[in-house]
Amino acid sequence: MNPFRRSPFVIAATILVYVFLYAPIVGLVLYSFNASRANVTFEGFIPAFSDRVVMDGSMVKSSPCGPFHWYCELSKNRDVAEAAGNTLTIAFTATIISTIIGTMAALALQRYNFKMKPFSQLSLYIPIVIPEIVMGIGILTLFSQVFGWMNDTFNLVGSARLSMGIMTVTASHIAFMVPFVALVVQARLTGFDKSYEEAAMDLGANEWITFRRVTLPMILPGVLSGALLAFTLSLDDFVITFFTNGPGSTTLPIYVYGLLRRIITPQVNALSTVWIMVVFLAVLAIQILQNREQKKPS
Amino acid sequence: MLKRLRESKSAQGTLLALPTTVWLFVLLIIPLILTAVVSFGKRSPDGNVIYTFTLDNYIRLFGYSTNCASGQAACFDPLYVNILLRSLSLAFNTTVLVISLAYPLAYFIARSHPKQRNTYLFMVLIPLWTNFVIRVYAWMMLLRKEGAINIIIGWVMNLLHIPFTPLEMLYTPGAVLVGMVYEFLPFMILPIYTSLEKIDLSLYEAAADLGANSIKTFLRVTLPLSMPGVVAGTILVFIPVMGTFIVSDILGGRQVILVGNLIQRQFLDARDPTFGSAASLILMVMTLIVTYFYTRKFGFGEEIVVA
Repeated sequence: MNPFRRSPFVIAATILVYVFLYAPIVGLVLYSFNASRANVTFEGFIPAFSDRVVMDGSMVKSSPCGPFHWYCELSKNRDVAEAAGNTLTIAFTATIISTIIGTMAALALQRYNFKMKPFSQLSLYIPIVIPEIVMGIGILTLFSQVFGWMNDTFNLVGSARLSMGIMTVTASHIAFMVPFVALVVQARLTGFDKSYEEAAMDLGANEWITFRRVTLPMILPGVLSGALLAFTLSLDDFVITFFTNGPGSTTLPIYVYGLLRRIITPQVNALSTVWIMVVFLAVLAIQILQNREQKKPS
Repeated sequence: MLKRLRESKSAQGTLLALPTTVWLFVLLIIPLILTAVVSFGKRSPDGNVIYTFTLDNYIRLFGYSTNCASGQAACFDPLYVNILLRSLSLAFNTTVLVISLAYPLAYFIARSHPKQRNTYLFMVLIPLWTNFVIRVYAWMMLLRKEGAINIIIGWVMNLLHIPFTPLEMLYTPGAVLVGMVYEFLPFMILPIYTSLEKIDLSLYEAAADLGANSIKTFLRVTLPLSMPGVVAGTILVFIPVMGTFIVSDILGGRQVILVGNLIQRQFLDARDPTFGSAASLILMVMTLIVTYFYTRKFGFGEEIVVA
C-alpha cells in the first residue's frame, strides 16, 4: 500500500481549505490598489502617474506614485510610524527579557529539584488554559488599582503620575511570552546528552564556562526558536495590549482596530499588505534557518 | 552565602527559576486573585471599586433582576445566561467546523512527499502569522453587501438569469462563525499534522497485511493515533474562541454579543469593573471545567507547544 496515496476527497477538501485561507488575503491586497477612496467596491487600479494627486469626486485619477498611491500616503502617516515604532520597541524589549528569564527557568525545571518547582511548572500553563481577556482585565485591574493608590498616597502630580504606557504593555507581554519560551527550550533540553557537560567539567571547566562553551551552543537553536515565537506573539498581540496600553503606547494592531471603527480608506489595506509581506519574509527566513539546522547533524 | 549557593543544587534551581516565577506570580496569579476579589465588590457611583463581600454580581449574572416589565419586585432575566450559552455554543460549533476543515488538510500534508511538506506547512503559517485584526478586516470586506462574495454570487446568478439581490451577510451570527473558523483554523492544522506525521508507516503495512481496507485502516489506525493532535488543537481553538471579542465586535456589529464583549464593555463603556470581573471569573471557570474534563478523557499531548 502506498503511504502517499490520497483520495480525491482529501485533495478536493485541501484545495477548498487553501482557497478559504487565501481568498481574504488576496482581496485585502487587491483593494490596496483601489482607485476609490471610499473603498466600498473595487473601482479599478489608479491609472496614471502625475506630478500631484488628481481627484475626481472620491476617485483618485492619478498620483505621483501611480497605482501605489495608498502606499505613499501610508509612508507619510505619522500615526502609523509612531505605532510601528511602539510595536517594535515593545516586541524587542519583551523578547530579550522573556528569552533570558525563560531559558533560565527551563534549565531550572529540567535540571534541578527545588521546593517551588511544581508551582513554577504549573504557572507556565496558565496563559495556555486561560482566555487572554481574563488575563488582560486582571492585569488592567492590578495596574489601575496600584497606580491609583500610589498616585493618591504620594500625591503624585503632572508627569510624575503613574499611568499605563509602554512599560505596562511590555511587562504584560513578557508575562504571556515567558511560558512559551520556557516550554520550547524545555522541550529541547529533554533530549539533551549530559555527558558533554560532564566531560567539560572533568577537563577542569567551571560551571559558568561549561554553560557558556558547551550547554548554551547546544541549546541555542531552541532558545532562538523560542525567541522568534515570543517576538511574533508580541507583534501580533491585540487583547493584552488593548487592556494595558495608555496614551502614547498605541501599537499597530490597536491602531488598525481603531481605524476599523471609523472610516476605512485603502490605506488600511496598504498597511495590511505591508504587514503580510513582512510576515511572509520572516516566516520564510525561519523556514530556511530551520531547514539548514536539520541538514547539519548536531 | 556564595559558597552555600555553589554547593546547593536546590538553591541554584530556585535562583534560576525565580525571575520567571516572580514575574508570572505578579502579572498572572495576583491579577487573577484580584479579579476574584473585585468580583465580590460593589461599584461606586464614579465607577470605582468598593471592596466588600457581596454575591450581587453573580446573582445578577445568573438572571436575578429587579427591573421587571410585569411590575414584580424580582424576576428571571435570561440576558446574561443567554450570552454565556451563546458563547459556549459558538465555541463548540467553531471547534467542530475547524476540526472538519483542518483534518483533511493536515492529512494531505502528512501524506505528501517529505520534500513538499515544508512548502504546504509554510502556506498554513502565512495566514496564521498575519495579524488577527487584519484577518477580521479582510472578512469584513468580503462579507459586505458590496463585497466580493455578493459580487461573485451576483455574477453567477446573472449568467443563469436568476434575479438576485445582494445578501446581508455582515453583522449576522453566521459572519461571526465564519470569522472565528478562519481565525483559528491554523491552530488546529498544525497539531493534527504533527500527530499524523509521527505515525509509523509500518502500521499501515500491518493493517493491509491483516486485510483491512482503507476506511477500516483510517478508523482503526490513523484516527486513534491522531487524537492527541485533535485534543491539543481543540484546546488551542476552544479557549480563545470563548474569550475573543474582536471578531464579534467587527463582524457581528452590535448584534452578536459574546461573553468577551460583555466583559470588555463593563470595563470600558459601562464602567462596572466588579460585574466585568464576575463575568470574567465565570468565563475562566467554564473554560477550565471544559479543559479539565476534555483532557482527563483524552490526555494532554505535547502537540500543544508546536503551534
